[in-house]
Amino acid sequence: MSSHNLTQAVLRAEGLPRRRATNRLMEALAWLAAAVAVGLLVLVVWSVARRGWSELNLDLITKTPTSGFLATGKQGLANAFAGTLVIVLVATLMALPTGVLVAVYLNEFAPPAIRNAVSVTLDVLNGIPAIVIGIFVYGLFVLGHGQSALAGAFALAVIMLPLVARSTMEVLALVPSSLREASLALGVPRWRTTLSVVLPQTVGGIVTGTTLAVARAAGETAPLLFTSSIVGTNVHWNPHHALQSIPVAIFELSESPDPQDHARAWAAALVLLLFILFASLGARWLATRSRRKLAASR
Amino acid sequence: MSAADITPDETRRPFAWRRVRLGDLVLQGIAGAAAAAAVVLVGLITWKLIEGAWPSVTKFGLHFLIRTAWNPVIGKEVFGAASFLFGTAITSLIALALAAPLAIGVALFLTELAPRVLRAPVTALVETLAAIPSVVIGLWGIYVLGPILRDDVEPGLHSALGFIPLFGPPSSSGSSIFTAIVVLTIMILPIVASITRELFLGVPREQKEGALALGTTRWEMVRGVMFPYARGGIAAALILGLGRAVGEAIAVTQVIGGGVFIHWNLFDTGDTLASKIAASYQGAATNLEVASLVYLALILLVFSLLANLSAQWVVRRVGRRQGIGLRRGGAG
Repeated sequence: MSSHNLTQAVLRAEGLPRRRATNRLMEALAWLAAAVAVGLLVLVVWSVARRGWSELNLDLITKTPTSGFLATGKQGLANAFAGTLVIVLVATLMALPTGVLVAVYLNEFAPPAIRNAVSVTLDVLNGIPAIVIGIFVYGLFVLGHGQSALAGAFALAVIMLPLVARSTMEVLALVPSSLREASLALGVPRWRTTLSVVLPQTVGGIVTGTTLAVARAAGETAPLLFTSSIVGTNVHWNPHHALQSIPVAIFELSESPDPQDHARAWAAALVLLLFILFASLGARWLATRSRRKLAASR
Repeated sequence: MSAADITPDETRRPFAWRRVRLGDLVLQGIAGAAAAAAVVLVGLITWKLIEGAWPSVTKFGLHFLIRTAWNPVIGKEVFGAASFLFGTAITSLIALALAAPLAIGVALFLTELAPRVLRAPVTALVETLAAIPSVVIGLWGIYVLGPILRDDVEPGLHSALGFIPLFGPPSSSGSSIFTAIVVLTIMILPIVASITRELFLGVPREQKEGALALGTTRWEMVRGVMFPYARGGIAAALILGLGRAVGEAIAVTQVIGGGVFIHWNLFDTGDTLASKIAASYQGAATNLEVASLVYLALILLVFSLLANLSAQWVVRRVGRRQGIGLRRGGAG
């Protein structure tokens, strides 16, 4: 039915029972779609929780995996937990300041044309598949220098950068310009206005964006496959060596033929999932809080 | 506009440059350098991939795109991307076709139908689905979804619709193109749904109420007012969802099973561009194979650039009228 016919039908109230039936059908389908989406989430989380729960104990974090055929006794993934901690920490140290600076430049200094161009570039960067980033860092650092946690962290930082920059830009745009003007009118130079008046207003938003970016980076496997995956079973903290990480460990264990390995994969997946769920919920809570505060100060 | 911009006296004064403060220059310089670095990064990624793929590009040229072969045996090395291109196209397009109506349904539910108490929690749950790491979805795909599809879904589809080549004999392992399609559907559903939800929220209330006041049913209002209003944005959301499906490597590698061949049976194994790269991480045999893997990555990069820019173009075109921006998120 074209929109013209529809208008005619509506105006003359034609075929009302049939139209009502269509409406009810479509509403039911939308309810169903929402039920499917929520059902899928519940199904995934429940599967991971049920299968990971039995292996979830302190050994998982404190013991290392034993390699070889003689592997017996309790095993854990201590090396992966240590590695993820190091890699994500270094990645955050790279992406957080850069991302905030990019946002400050775009929101406070850049002319509109540059602002648009760089925003588009950030979106493009955000859209590049993680596996491509992994191959890029492989070509940039790993060829010639070998794998390292630093290379892996750089790859994750490339993924985090547009996320941090975007969320910082969003909160910077919420800071009322009267605040900047008041500061400038008092004779405070622009750089000090930016650093000590504008940025403090956005701390909540920056923390939110960074938390979400960390949650995202902690679960990324693809960028680490080519940059930090050839690893031993001992716990290391030196970022100049390749370090195991939780996602890569899950990936490898999931393809192993040994059911014991699967159990550990599920347990590690449960830990990862819990971390990500709490981080996203926390970020969400922080976001509403800081947004409300900014809105109130307007 | 800041105060510095609205003091015209100062700019007309001679020696205005004296007023430029060192601190301003430093901060602007550092922040500008960071922004420039972000732009340079995209260029560097493109350059490094072209450089890495070059041996394969010069040897195979564009024939790489239409050849179905992946033979790393030294002396007889031949590489081609055709089977992976086919696998990528069939998995992501079907996944998009499955996810699109679901996502639009979810968005309609969240904006029009959901009781107030359900609205916020269901929105949060849908966004949480996007936050699940792909390696966890893949793990679930191997051990939970795969067996279900193999035992309960594929035999039924095969016996009912087996005359269509897509629904051939079920796989023995649970690894199949079909499993990959379902996994990809789950992964792009929340992304498309949350963008579409934002678009629907932007539909002016007067227009919606106007339609209802004329006596349309709710669905007719959706079709007559909301869809036309959000059409461009939904197209952009679908392009972004497609880009996401095409680029997903880990979860697909885990469930698709691998193989270098073109066939129409969804229940058999296969490979996509991204899954082939991820599956080869434990070491390619020769330099030419490495270059060919980078060539695959280069194809992915070019596709993601095109998808993103076209989505942004669509958004800019319709967004100017509506004042809507697109945001993307999710784990990969």
